[in-house]
Amino acid sequence: MSLVTVTINDKKLQVEEGTSILEAAKSANIYIPTLCHMNLHGGVEHNPGSCRVCVVEIEGRKNLAPSCNTMVAEGMVINTNSIRAITSRRTVVELLLSDHPQDCLLCEKNMHCELQALAADMGIREMKYKGEMSTFPKDFSSASIERNLDKCILCRRCVTACGKIQTVSVLSAVNRGFHTIISPAFGLPMVDTNCTFCGQCVSVCPTGALTQVNNTTKVWEALNHKDKFVIVQTAPAVRAALGECFGDTSGKAVTGKMVAALRAMGFDKVFDTDFAADLTIMEEAAELIDRMNNGGRLPMLTSCCPAWINYFEHEFKDMLDVPSSCKSPQQMFGAIAKNYYAKKMNLNPENMVVVSVMPCLAKKYEASREEMKNDVDIVISTRELAKMIKEAGISFHSLPNEEFDSFLGESTGASVLFGVTGGVMEAALRTAYEWITGEGLENVEFSMIRGLDGIREATVQIKDREVKAAIANGLGNARILLNKIRNGEADYQIIEIMACPGGCINGGGQPYLRGDYEVLKRRAGALYEEDQNKPIRKSHENPAIIKLYEEFLDKPNSEIAHHLLHTQYFYKEIS
Amino acid sequence: MSFHLQREQQFKELEDFIDSVPEKTSSLITVLHKAQEIFGYLPEDVQKFVAVKLDQPIAEVNGVVTFYSYFTETPTGKHIINVCMGTACFVKGSAEILDEFERKLNIKVGETTPDGKYTLQVLRCVGACGLAPVVTVDDRVYGHFTKQMVGKTLEEYN
Repeated sequence: MSLVTVTINDKKLQVEEGTSILEAAKSANIYIPTLCHMNLHGGVEHNPGSCRVCVVEIEGRKNLAPSCNTMVAEGMVINTNSIRAITSRRTVVELLLSDHPQDCLLCEKNMHCELQALAADMGIREMKYKGEMSTFPKDFSSASIERNLDKCILCRRCVTACGKIQTVSVLSAVNRGFHTIISPAFGLPMVDTNCTFCGQCVSVCPTGALTQVNNTTKVWEALNHKDKFVIVQTAPAVRAALGECFGDTSGKAVTGKMVAALRAMGFDKVFDTDFAADLTIMEEAAELIDRMNNGGRLPMLTSCCPAWINYFEHEFKDMLDVPSSCKSPQQMFGAIAKNYYAKKMNLNPENMVVVSVMPCLAKKYEASREEMKNDVDIVISTRELAKMIKEAGISFHSLPNEEFDSFLGESTGASVLFGVTGGVMEAALRTAYEWITGEGLENVEFSMIRGLDGIREATVQIKDREVKAAIANGLGNARILLNKIRNGEADYQIIEIMACPGGCINGGGQPYLRGDYEVLKRRAGALYEEDQNKPIRKSHENPAIIKLYEEFLDKPNSEIAHHLLHTQYFYKEIS
Repeated sequence: MSFHLQREQQFKELEDFIDSVPEKTSSLITVLHKAQEIFGYLPEDVQKFVAVKLDQPIAEVNGVVTFYSYFTETPTGKHIINVCMGTACFVKGSAEILDEFERKLNIKVGETTPDGKYTLQVLRCVGACGLAPVVTVDDRVYGHFTKQMVGKTLEEYN
């Protein structure tokens, strides 16, 4: 690559040919406001140049140029803050606001909206333009995602995230001009499409057009109901990101403070989904060994991720027997809480409310699935939990570190890895290794399967056996792996798939990344650190799990385990 | 011929056309043109068929169909009347001609007569401004059109 010399705001700098003006400016610490532009996962850059917020003035050119998709050229002289550029930028935002409901105070995205932030930065104090306003029908059809297209600014980030990253392609621009709307085909409600509810569209939406279904009121109602015994479980990835909502960017898990906050909010018991993740490993590793020893269907795919389950139920009907039949940890937790814990503690399951805090929006849908809708009652995301903590007036940073309640709060280092891509695989291998060989595993860290690359594979030597493993994160990558299996080009024994790029740490319910994928590395690091610090790091050594089998489940894949902890999959015709 | 059989033949014709297209990924608009020619409009099942055959997301296909005003998702009449509303024709009085068509057919622009015979539309310029005002019926172009010609023209297609 050759270098070109450009001048930006009187600063001379050399950048690689093919760099956008936006990136070149950033390298000189000059930040140009953007709106539609976003760096998406895997190096995909979304730069349609459609919003014109990032326009700059280039000497010798008649028109202003969008800096996100105008490449630098030798000798270019650029002014990012000329009066013409600033005025145009402001006019663009004012025009966007002229067709935007001005209800920021009442908006789910209040304080997290990029349009709001731009208007604030630009000091816009009046609505200069008045004209017709869009009035599109709202879509509240699903348990996970709400669409309010009056707030859509047509940046198409969601279209790229859904189409290019996830290859689900539910959303597209429909109609034209003022009537353009980002919508599924034929204006169908989300629930009638092949949407997996992964929520990556919500993660990238700059405004309140795509938001999570907010269940916080339901949780407050349950907590304030005097006859209800309300318990909460928290998924592994939540502790890795919750701190960010309170300005903590240290990359440390905030497990102890999270537990303290939940207790302060009034939950009767604060439990850990990690307990159920250990349980999942017991069932899943047993299923894997059974399939390997008895000529069962291989590869076996993990089934913890509800968006991934939706994905193959929609698009891979010939492979419904490939995923493990294990329910996800969230659902296993609910089943054990209501069928075992309740009995043990002499509680009426009818009076129990099981709340989940998840990094995920598809978990909301999963909990409502007909075949297991009694397991979990209310699901909230990491973002919703943060809002509730703030609403309750809890000073997060001054909370002490507290421990999860016994015994549905006891977990191992293996289970905490469920929150990051490759983690379920690593946890499963730790247990499968010891069960197959009958020997203790010295080094529990399978570093060859760690990392954030979209597809990773490794051959793991388990005594005289070679286990071929593959990992995909992001549904586009999952499709590549699934097509390999479908075409008979892959001989893996076990595959882990997580729908969101990076795994649950980047779930649709997590604090917004805003295109900064370095944050994901910190979140992954937080989970690896928590694993390292746990005294027990293998799921099958969790004493609470051992006791659960002794007292109730007998052994993995027993009849009762099957009844409570396993599920089945259905082909869903997509429209 | 039964409706069902006719439908089957239409899909067969479309399938043959798609199979004959050398480059599938870039031929969406060509295929949609052909589909509309065969079916008269682009209902959901036709759009889905095109999406599957071209291996493109249905949302993308529907996006293209709804973007271009030429494509229609509602059934059109046997004959499609277009009144040109381009600048030249408009100046020469095409609005009056459109009014007359609406009055005679008792429908609004964009609608189809209940007997399924005529659909009334407007378009912007057919590139025959020297003949303004211009009306087209199906593939035929009528130049120097007047309000008085509306009745006679409709009779031609009755």
